[in-house]
Amino acid sequence: MKRFALLFTFLVGGLLLWGSTDFPDWNDPESPASTYVSNLYITQAYEKTHVPNLVSAILADYRNYDTMFETTVVFTAGTAIFLILRLPLGPLARRRNTEHPEAEPQTLPRDPILEMACRVLFPPTHLFGLYVLTHGHYSPGGGFQAGVILGASFILLAIAFDLRATLSRLPEGLFKPLTALGVAFYVGIGVVCLLLGKNFLDYEGLRAIFSGISPQMIRSHGILLVECGVTVTVSAVIFAIYTNLVSRGNHREGL
Amino acid sequence: MNFIESSFIYWFFVILLMIGLYGAIAKVNLVKKLIGLTIFQTAIILFYVSIGQKKGAGIPILDVGHGHGPPPEITAAQYINPLPHVLMLTAIVVGVATVGVALAVIQRLYAEYGTVEEDEILEMIVTRE
Repeated sequence: MKRFALLFTFLVGGLLLWGSTDFPDWNDPESPASTYVSNLYITQAYEKTHVPNLVSAILADYRNYDTMFETTVVFTAGTAIFLILRLPLGPLARRRNTEHPEAEPQTLPRDPILEMACRVLFPPTHLFGLYVLTHGHYSPGGGFQAGVILGASFILLAIAFDLRATLSRLPEGLFKPLTALGVAFYVGIGVVCLLLGKNFLDYEGLRAIFSGISPQMIRSHGILLVECGVTVTVSAVIFAIYTNLVSRGNHREGL
Repeated sequence: MNFIESSFIYWFFVILLMIGLYGAIAKVNLVKKLIGLTIFQTAIILFYVSIGQKKGAGIPILDVGHGHGPPPEITAAQYINPLPHVLMLTAIVVGVATVGVALAVIQRLYAEYGTVEEDEILEMIVTRE
């Protein structure tokens, strides 16, 4: 089996190396990937959206459907983890548990240095996450990155204190709906655009609400709105993944 | 020399991809399989990001200031291709979420069968039937 796997790996690798001889030169400005649509993005995205960070402009305006469904995938993954780990165990595991019952979880000794360091670190981490979200138009950043930073700040809290203390402040009943709320907000923006007479997720429809804004600036604001939805979903899902994985789904004892 | 400069980076991705593929096929331990798949995914992500590279171009954030004065002339050669960055940005976060799901499945299998070795789990499924 191992020999077959090695053979197969080298076969695939050899084929890919053979194929890579036909690739355009790396770093070549004239390569096919960098000629057609990419040049349109670079030269026109700023005129149409007033967002200097082209990545944000493409992510949340040109490729809006893609991003919406990526957010839905993240939400689905979070829901799948709940469904896999929070449901009752199967017959084999139940029998083993009755034969060798699990030891009651012990509370770890508290470490004042760690807790103090976490207290100091937590607010700036949060602030930095919000900065990355709102400044994503002008510098590297955006909804996904901000969501991961915010999620990481909650994980920091769960590591420095114990999991139960963190879950008493941020209970499951709060962050579980938040995973869905972000996606709902994103789709809601699209539906509002639809109701105001434009296409789904065409931000120009929002001009009826925010009056006196140029068509370029309304796209910039629309991008910020949907990125907020992405941030909420991603941060809640990251925290949900951590809490469920670390406690094997029972939310009693963390690391 | 020019040949090496223009395509050595593809060799790097192929080698990384081979490591991941071998891990995903040959290892029996499910966690090691998952690590192999993650390495595979990393190779693809690096490959996409490298495609966006252009010689002599800067990051895809326009140098326009915050609406002060007229925007400067923008030419495509100044900035690297932003599209692979957009695609991989979402792929990384979705990758984290799917790895989380995979770990949850493995954890559940461990709770059920007491092992993460694939052959032992298969044996237990066969003997139970």
